[in-house]
Amino acid sequence: MFSRVAAFLVFIAAVSTTPLYADARGDAKAQVAFGIDVAQKGLWREAIYRWEKAAELDPTYAAAYNDLAIGYEHEGQLDKARQAYEKALELEPGNAQIRQNFELFKEINDRTATAKERP
Amino acid sequence: MTGLLPPKNVRNLLLAGVAALCAATTLACGPSYFEIPIETPIQPKLDVSAFQRVLIAGFVAGGTDDVDANQETVRLLRSQLRSKSSLRVIDADVMALQEIAQEQSKTTAPETAEEAPANHESSAAPAPTQASAQPEHASQPLPAKIKEEKDLEPYERLFANTSYWKRIGEEYQNPLIVTGTVLFMPNSRSGFVSRDVEQIDGYGRRRVVPVRQYLERKGFILRPKFVFIDGRTGATIYSESYREEVLYNSQTNTPALSSYFELMDRLVPNFLSALSSQKVRGTRVLLK
Repeated sequence: MFSRVAAFLVFIAAVSTTPLYADARGDAKAQVAFGIDVAQKGLWREAIYRWEKAAELDPTYAAAYNDLAIGYEHEGQLDKARQAYEKALELEPGNAQIRQNFELFKEINDRTATAKERP
Repeated sequence: MTGLLPPKNVRNLLLAGVAALCAATTLACGPSYFEIPIETPIQPKLDVSAFQRVLIAGFVAGGTDDVDANQETVRLLRSQLRSKSSLRVIDADVMALQEIAQEQSKTTAPETAEEAPANHESSAAPAPTQASAQPEHASQPLPAKIKEEKDLEPYERLFANTSYWKRIGEEYQNPLIVTGTVLFMPNSRSGFVSRDVEQIDGYGRRRVVPVRQYLERKGFILRPKFVFIDGRTGATIYSESYREEVLYNSQTNTPALSSYFELMDRLVPNFLSALSSQKVRGTRVLLK
């Protein structure tokens, strides 16, 4: 009897917390999707705002950081872009698309950095 | 009439239902990634806000007689700056820097020992590399014919001659001066080269197989060094060196001038990025 009650309570707890995460991820996903739409129309500042919001809503959402990094890159905010890519990869180290984006970014960023270091 | 369906039909209906559900889900969710073109703005390496004009003075050039690397480099950089920089490009005769350096060397050689301290006083903070390079090359004779890289080294002292560049700067109302060295020389290399060859097997399947082949190739090496001088002080504010090479099959007869432009084409964006902001185009993947 006790084990049945315990199992029921665990089930209730799991079910009641899931919507919280699901809501945050759902809202973040909506922001990300909207950001993608406006970025495709060339409205990069609005897109960045949406992706920042998505990362704020769900700080574990790697796609939001990836898209944010691309937005920053497009705006020439290279330090912020690097941080966002690093965060995205920290969250999803095995994501090949994030890794590829980051490699392409580094190619440009490192080139300009070394050039600046030269006497 | 309305009896139970046979089990086989039920299974087929179930499978169709699952397939329809999958298709509907895919359509509803859409793709999870989107390729998007981006343009990354790159800030210029040099702050040229103090200058309104730029003088591409000339280059100490050598390597091959087939191309006048001094004339061609000046012409190319001027035309590129005219269209891609906010600086006004000064139209002036291309300076024969090799001859100028040799003349300077003749006049200063007997007095070098006495005048050395005076020269240091007049230098307005030369770049560290130049300052350390100056004593090294100061005593070396200037080769009349520039064939390889080491022949260019003694000419480095020309760029450290701040009083000379200050005088040129005054003549052209204190512009940013671009000068340097350009070595454009023939190159040949032979050895094994790996290339992919398409093969079709007995079953008609295509396969790509790497094949190693001995090839004799010839081409050119381009080694420019761009020196940016502040026309107000004559001091070097920035310098950068590059190396590019191209090799062709030995049977291909490519004119030297076209190889020169092919190699310069790769370097020009880097040169321009020193003076003006550039946009690097690329593609990234947005994720949902």
